[in-house]
Amino acid sequence: MLATLIRLLGDFDLAEEARQEAFAAALEQWPARGLPSNPRAWLVEVGRNKAIDQIRRQALLRSKFPQLALEAEEPAAAPAEVEEDDAAFGDDRLRLIFTCCHPALNIEAQVALTLRAVCGLSTEAVARAFLVGEETMAQSLVRAKKKIREAGIPYETPPPQLLDERIGGVLAAVYLVFNEGYAVTSGAALIRAELCLEAIRLGRLLDALLPRRAAIQGLLALMLLHDARRRSRVSAEGDVVLLEDQDHSLWDWPQIDEGLALVERALRAGGSVSPYAVQAAIAALHAQAPRRGTTDWPQIAGLYEVLLRLQPSPMVELNRAVAVSMVDGPARALDLVDALAARGGIDDHHLLFAVRAKLLQDLDRRAEALEAYRAALQAARLEPERRLLARRIAEFDP
Amino acid sequence: MQYLLLIYASEAEEARMNEAAISAILGEYHEFTQSIIAGGQFKGAERLRPVTTASTVRVRNGKTVITDGPFAETREQLGGYYLVEAKNLDEATAIAARIPSAKMGSIEVRPIWPMS
Repeated sequence: MLATLIRLLGDFDLAEEARQEAFAAALEQWPARGLPSNPRAWLVEVGRNKAIDQIRRQALLRSKFPQLALEAEEPAAAPAEVEEDDAAFGDDRLRLIFTCCHPALNIEAQVALTLRAVCGLSTEAVARAFLVGEETMAQSLVRAKKKIREAGIPYETPPPQLLDERIGGVLAAVYLVFNEGYAVTSGAALIRAELCLEAIRLGRLLDALLPRRAAIQGLLALMLLHDARRRSRVSAEGDVVLLEDQDHSLWDWPQIDEGLALVERALRAGGSVSPYAVQAAIAALHAQAPRRGTTDWPQIAGLYEVLLRLQPSPMVELNRAVAVSMVDGPARALDLVDALAARGGIDDHHLLFAVRAKLLQDLDRRAEALEAYRAALQAARLEPERRLLARRIAEFDP
Repeated sequence: MQYLLLIYASEAEEARMNEAAISAILGEYHEFTQSIIAGGQFKGAERLRPVTTASTVRVRNGKTVITDGPFAETREQLGGYYLVEAKNLDEATAIAARIPSAKMGSIEVRPIWPMS
């Protein structure tokens, strides 16, 4: 509804106010007069009329909004049924998503605007998600909306030649929301379920509005599969539980099945392979391991190989090394990790040290392993991860 | 010869100015503009919206990269300008990406502040 009002009124703030006024009018009128036949259309029409009244009061009407001025001349007594069907509402939401995730806004602003305007989170909730004060968040939302208005960021679904690229931008913002929820970058709270759920909801919305796109299906599958294991990732004491130690009865199996079906579709879709779909396929193999009684490490190693070609990054290389250690043993994996460390880029990341430590331990090079675990502990920032590494070190000298 | 006169000023200081100070400086600008029009030296002038509305366009390996914010690297220097009419920021950045220097340098896209 907000999305439609923004299209009709051409302004974020005006639309937000209009929506509030429409809800207030509904609270007043619906109990007495009964529900209108199309409540959403009623709200939009009332909201629009309220906004027109307001513009009129501000006497900006004729100069700023000539089209609205013309419409406002018509009597606005009983709100007419506007001909807005579900498809039109869907298109408006899509426009709003593309506007909020426009590349001319910085990524933090994209995510904040999307959570506020598309997901309907309060400014206070968005501020909490970003670990900033409500006032700071309110200011950055104002700044972002000002840029949209003054720089002429369009309120429309991008033309075909821009669509794939812009979808990529939207998905990056959605994945950021998910990751913010899945693992905060600092502090004690490891998981914030609300953000994961919002990200999945956005993924479903995009998949419904832009069907049969491998990147969207791939990301949605990836988020569903990760989120399905959410409850088993942290113990009651707030400690990290590694994949191999997780209680499979805590996994959300219906959600895993939904994710598995989506991965299949994403991988079979035509066009170039989506890195999200490859990551989802890896998550799918991990999720299938308990049912199969074994993890398909050779295929996981192969998929990391593919991912590395699509989207080279030190973190992908590190993950591939872990998979290789399961297939070819720790010695070959250690060579890969040492080569990666020598090239730099993530040489001070705690996961690099932690993986190295585990491989050295498997090779029975205990002194070096202990040293690597200590380096990992020094680099790790999240409390639950620090506790996990501290446990590893404590286990060392019984 | 023709010259481009670039105006640099602190946006923060401008934001702190009161009504009277603003109208005084607008008066000065009006007087100055009229004087160079009368002198036959005026070619064109526009006020730009603040840097918070700026976007920067670069083309690297054939791919257009748009980022939020003004051009900010000191190793590149202002070398020219185009004033274009575009229906929205997407059209403006698409034109910016076609400027040959976008492949090596950066094109800052700033909306004009209509003065009426």
